[in-house]
Amino acid sequence: MNIILNHSPEYIEAGKETITVSELLKVKNFTFKMLVIKINDVVVKKDDYLTATIKEGDNVQVIHLISGG
Amino acid sequence: MPTFEQIKSKMQKHTVGIAGAGGLGSNVAMALVRVGIGKLIIADFDVVSESNLNRQFYFRDQLGSKKVEVLKENLLRINPDVEIEIFDVKLDRHNLLTIFGSVDVMVEAFDSADMKELIIELFQSEKPTTPLVVGNGMAGWGESNDLELQKFGNLYICGDNETEIGPSMPPLAPRVLICAAIQANTVMSILLENCFSNEYNPQP
Repeated sequence: MNIILNHSPEYIEAGKETITVSELLKVKNFTFKMLVIKINDVVVKKDDYLTATIKEGDNVQVIHLISGG
Repeated sequence: MPTFEQIKSKMQKHTVGIAGAGGLGSNVAMALVRVGIGKLIIADFDVVSESNLNRQFYFRDQLGSKKVEVLKENLLRINPDVEIEIFDVKLDRHNLLTIFGSVDVMVEAFDSADMKELIIELFQSEKPTTPLVVGNGMAGWGESNDLELQKFGNLYICGDNETEIGPSMPPLAPRVLICAAIQANTVMSILLENCFSNEYNPQP
């Protein structure tokens, strides 16, 4: 499926209509511990990564948070 | 382009929340008070220590004092008319919304990544219309142009998104102040959006 990932078009080899946030993180090898994920500008809570789904055309943002301030 | 007096009269109407009074928070507060913000709500539990003086808006004779108390003093020395509400408290999932629930713009100025994650998740789900301005990556020195603003709806992420604080990667005034200045500049452009639309209207 084709999505927008962090402002850039991206093809994800899914083999099905939707994938979950957890699956996307695995496919893209995003292993950072502290993340914020937005699908179409709505934040997905960590507890919902296994159930929240991403479909064709979605705008997905994965923000990696790092310490310092 | 509006005059500084016109800008101040718009800024004066607004309240900004600042979570954390360290390198980012103290300097964002300083910049916003200088441009005439009406009210700041600032929370932090810490005291000023020697290691803070390399970047935070405190002075040597304030070592050992509660950060929020002396930050308020310092800010009132710039503008005695600014309203400053302080909370000497460790912020968590339960008190964040109580303290900052009514602000026009929220500034994240924590040091730890897990608190950054917590406030983003909390505000973006419970207060989705409140713009949230986060600092993310500002350790070390050099590479000024790596510090930038990224906009994700009404979530604004300022920093290089890369340099993590560590023993061999300390936070230092120049880059921390660039990040704080990007945050303050973002707050300003959010608050002034469309205020001067016919003449001058820069976007965040």
